[in-house]
Amino acid sequence: MKIHQISLFVENKPGHIAAPARLLAEEGIDIRALYLADTQQYGILRMIVSDWEKAARTLEAHGFVVKVTEVLAVLVIDRPGGLADVLGALDGTGINIEYMYAFSDVRGDQAILIFRFADPDAAIARLQAAGISLLPSEELLKK
Amino acid sequence: MMRSVLESSVADCHPASAPDYTPVAQLRDLQLQRLQAVVARAWHQVALFRSRMDERGLTPQSVRSLEDIGKLPFTVKSDLRDTYPFGLFASPMKDVVRLHVSSGTTGKPIVVAYTKEDVDVWTSVVVRCMAGCGLHHGDIVQIAYGYGLFTGGLGAHYGAEALGATVVPTSGGNADRQIMLMKDFGVTAICCTPTYFLHLIDRAAELGVELKSLPLRAGVFGAEPWTDSMRRHIESMSSIEAFDIYGLSEIIGPGVGCECRRHQGLHIFEDHFYPEIVDPTTGEPLPDGSEGELVLTTLSKQAMPMVRYRTRDITRILPGRCECGRTLRRIDRIGRRSDDMLIIRGVNVFPSQVETALLQIEGTLPHYQIVLTRHQGLDEMEVQVEVTPRMFTDKIEALQGLHDRLQEALDHVLGIRVQVALVEANTIERSQGKARRVIDRRTL
Repeated sequence: MKIHQISLFVENKPGHIAAPARLLAEEGIDIRALYLADTQQYGILRMIVSDWEKAARTLEAHGFVVKVTEVLAVLVIDRPGGLADVLGALDGTGINIEYMYAFSDVRGDQAILIFRFADPDAAIARLQAAGISLLPSEELLKK
Repeated sequence: MMRSVLESSVADCHPASAPDYTPVAQLRDLQLQRLQAVVARAWHQVALFRSRMDERGLTPQSVRSLEDIGKLPFTVKSDLRDTYPFGLFASPMKDVVRLHVSSGTTGKPIVVAYTKEDVDVWTSVVVRCMAGCGLHHGDIVQIAYGYGLFTGGLGAHYGAEALGATVVPTSGGNADRQIMLMKDFGVTAICCTPTYFLHLIDRAAELGVELKSLPLRAGVFGAEPWTDSMRRHIESMSSIEAFDIYGLSEIIGPGVGCECRRHQGLHIFEDHFYPEIVDPTTGEPLPDGSEGELVLTTLSKQAMPMVRYRTRDITRILPGRCECGRTLRRIDRIGRRSDDMLIIRGVNVFPSQVETALLQIEGTLPHYQIVLTRHQGLDEMEVQVEVTPRMFTDKIEALQGLHDRLQEALDHVLGIRVQVALVEANTIERSQGKARRVIDRRTL
């Protein structure tokens, strides 16, 4: 159920996201989801890509500092209250969300929430118990 | 039968190390004799030196004791630039077998010359350095200093070869290959800059090579100042014994002095290089034990004798005799240079303090650079720190926490407010394995 996400350190300057994007393009790696967490000075570019191992290898070979982390992808209906339902399932469980981001799926009326939990195993158990569907990596990467 | 300390130490070392144990009175006699000869040589052969002696009403006969050295004129780095390329040579070019060039950060480079005898002396002092570090015939020594115009690579190379070691002349750069050869060849000792070795430590970790499991047991590090905390870090990450070697091209290159296994200062090979400590501002000689600028006189150099060369390195001559039994005097490890000092908003700042602060927080020394600018008459200091894989996390608050801890440590150590900027890996320029630490963009 866990999905490999790669994170890159980037300076908050014009053109600094273009270089990694170009490298991935040259290797034929598809970026499925992307989120930039930034401060005034720098940012962390988080991506879910079609081939995380190759992406990490390519970027590292070009001098980027890359971190691979495990995240969960939750599928929700793209309607008011979709996110609230998921968060509600975690309420009072002490399961800590490190961060999250969302994107809507091109396939239709669904949205995908990406969560980074401090304890992903506990989160999986809890979400599944609450009947919330987690998207495995092959599903997420499918076009 | 009892063996004296002296005998046992000699027995541990290479035969070339014998001069390290010359009785002091005999050493002083030798130094005086050689000083008189080098002054006479420079006076006869080098116009600049002769004119400076004339201005002071001095002749070679004015040197009757070692103390008389204090009367002689200093030589400074700009003298080498001003007389570029061959103005300070004391030998005809046909006797010069080697030229080295040190790239100047400003303007012209400086050129240094060696006769066959000079190269032999250089080799012999590097042998004495390495023997003092416990290296010997049978060691496999990787030389990761740059080879070429820089004195580091060839100087260490000739010494290691003469010691009887197997030399792997990797020169600088290509960390992955350095690590591969180190592992595949069973390298037992490495010579490079300490910051380059830090880079190899990080890279080895990324490649999954466990340095601690390799036969590597010693590192002879020089060409830039480094701190005891860097030594502790290097030793704990790689299980080697790290030695500080000192030298400068103007005097001979690496091998002017080196630590022995006691690690209590660097022995100066004073049968060839006479050390003095002077007040960096007034030039007045200071007694042993006082901190000041190291001034060196080459006692046996033929092609390019240097009389009272101002090294700009700040240190002191350590009082007392080293437990190793060598009679050679020792200098303290060099942490700073008189011309390294930055004055920022009236506060004296040394780059080594920045290193101390970074090490405190990270336990490792990332590549860093100090950038000075001036806005509306006010100096600003930015410390750019490259984010290493060890430092990086995918959480903003963790990175921000790191940033804040660095900021706090720097403010505390330096006593002034600085800006910390985390920058992408491999974006700070490196040259010759030596990092360029300070970029001063201030204009008056």
